[in-house]
Amino acid sequence: MENNYRLEIKNISKTFGEVQSLRNVSFQLGQNEVVGLLGDNGAGKSTLIKIITGYYQPDEGEIYFNGQKVDKLSVPKARQLGVETVYQERALAELQALWRNIFLGRELQNRWGLLDVKKMKEETHNLMVKSMGFTSTAVDPDSKIGTFSGGEKQGVAIVRALYFDAEIIVLDEPTMGLSLQETRKLINFVKSIKQAGKAAIFIDHNIFHVYSVADRVVVLDRGRVAGEFRTSDITLADLMDKMYKIAETGHFD
Amino acid sequence: MTNPVNDTAIDRQSPRQNRRLRLRRFLSSNGTQLGIIGVFVALWAVFIILAPRTFLSPQIYRAFMSTVPFFGIIALPLTMAIIAGEIDLSFPAIMAIGMVAFAYTFQFTGSVPLAFVASLATGSVVGLINGIIVVGIGIPSLVATIGTQFFWRGAVLVLLGGKGTTLIAARESFLYNLLVGKMFGYIPMQFVWMLLATLISWIILNRTRLGAHIYLIGDNAQSAELMGVNTKRTRLAVFVLVGVASAFAGVLASLTVSFFWPSLGAGYLLSTLASVFLGGTSVFGGVGTILGTFLGSYIIGAIEAAIVAIGLTGFWTKLIYGLIIILSVSMHAVLRRRMG
Repeated sequence: MENNYRLEIKNISKTFGEVQSLRNVSFQLGQNEVVGLLGDNGAGKSTLIKIITGYYQPDEGEIYFNGQKVDKLSVPKARQLGVETVYQERALAELQALWRNIFLGRELQNRWGLLDVKKMKEETHNLMVKSMGFTSTAVDPDSKIGTFSGGEKQGVAIVRALYFDAEIIVLDEPTMGLSLQETRKLINFVKSIKQAGKAAIFIDHNIFHVYSVADRVVVLDRGRVAGEFRTSDITLADLMDKMYKIAETGHFD
Repeated sequence: MTNPVNDTAIDRQSPRQNRRLRLRRFLSSNGTQLGIIGVFVALWAVFIILAPRTFLSPQIYRAFMSTVPFFGIIALPLTMAIIAGEIDLSFPAIMAIGMVAFAYTFQFTGSVPLAFVASLATGSVVGLINGIIVVGIGIPSLVATIGTQFFWRGAVLVLLGGKGTTLIAARESFLYNLLVGKMFGYIPMQFVWMLLATLISWIILNRTRLGAHIYLIGDNAQSAELMGVNTKRTRLAVFVLVGVASAFAGVLASLTVSFFWPSLGAGYLLSTLASVFLGGTSVFGGVGTILGTFLGSYIIGAIEAAIVAIGLTGFWTKLIYGLIIILSVSMHAVLRRRMG
């Protein structure tokens, strides 16, 4: 059976100890689609994301990238397949220099297998200037991340995803800790992923943010998919109504 | 793509302010290393003033060259372990158990090169066992390596019946001269090995993925894992490096005196740790340099000589080393709080 999904997962289950975090979850991501993941705390959003990024391996179920089944997905494998994740600031190494954070886990090497520090610093500088609009003097690849503002840190996480030619960009609670203006810029960034022809999965507590950028929202509840809606078919007010109902009763109606 | 992040205030400053900013950046990113160089030079001056006859004679420097490597060579990989957020307190016992392998192999084969290889192999296996206990079983390295320290020291005493063995016969070997002889009849080979170990350690820590991952794991292990770093393999590698270096240092120390004491290494616990911490490595992980540890170990070596030269008893060394460890570790805690 041929399909055109960039990512498809079928009947995934994941249990931690006695807690079943995901039950028979199926999920699709189109070639050029932004999908919002909604759900209360403990609904399984972050477990699902960590399975897609290869951090957790599912107990059951299958994962397909562009129609190809992938077994034993690991973080390096997922990154190789074009999955880049913008975690909130917690995924940065605060005591390390900017360039180390950009190339974290994917350091460039020269032909002797040694780190190409010079190139990494140059690339870091270029990225910050070209992609992030920093002026040249403001960027020092040797600055420690710990001295950056919340928005700047988020920028680093985003630039990291861009550099490695991500096909699927996963944004895990990216607006947490950002100012209003920084949040607006982030929303614009997600829209630009769509314009660039790529796909994104956007997770946020804030239903307004998700509704404004997603083509489709998938609602998770207690480890299962409770429902999904195209944002063009539902008003924000209706979506919010449904979210409250789900949280209380586990059903939409 | 659009620009989701604010420009920083720096852009709007004049060129002069920019120059000052660059200087500040240089100082803040190299501050610890500049600090340790400052301490190095200042202490040296103090020692020359207080004990000119000792510190102006060339003999003392030759003595430093041959004796400091016994713990300095271990302090280098131990720096990596501490940057990665781990610690290894079992290295004194690894020095000795490596020498047990050396002594037995030498006794049965009469070959120094074979004995040397046997001791390095033993060191790496013992290091790997430390790593497996910490990474595989999940015991904090502080506790795990206190345990293995006693275990291997006990094993040494049991295997040798508590008695030392002479290594006079090993002097015949070419390897003896290569390891602890004199270069051009003057420079102790121990110092040459120390320089080589420093260079290799610097390359590992600053120019390999292993080194990059050591910094990342010590800084934010969760982040390293989320970004696909194999944290287990990296931590294992660090323990193996400490193991090999310890065995190597054990061979150097024993061949230098042509005798293997079962208590070998016991005196180096404090000086090795003090070298690492004095060199600016943070006990919290994520921060530290090879140059710092290199200088740190020579400062520690000089302090020991200075205490005796100035006329204090040797009892003062422990007190001062202990003080150095407490002060340098506390300094990092204070700096970290100011940053956060």
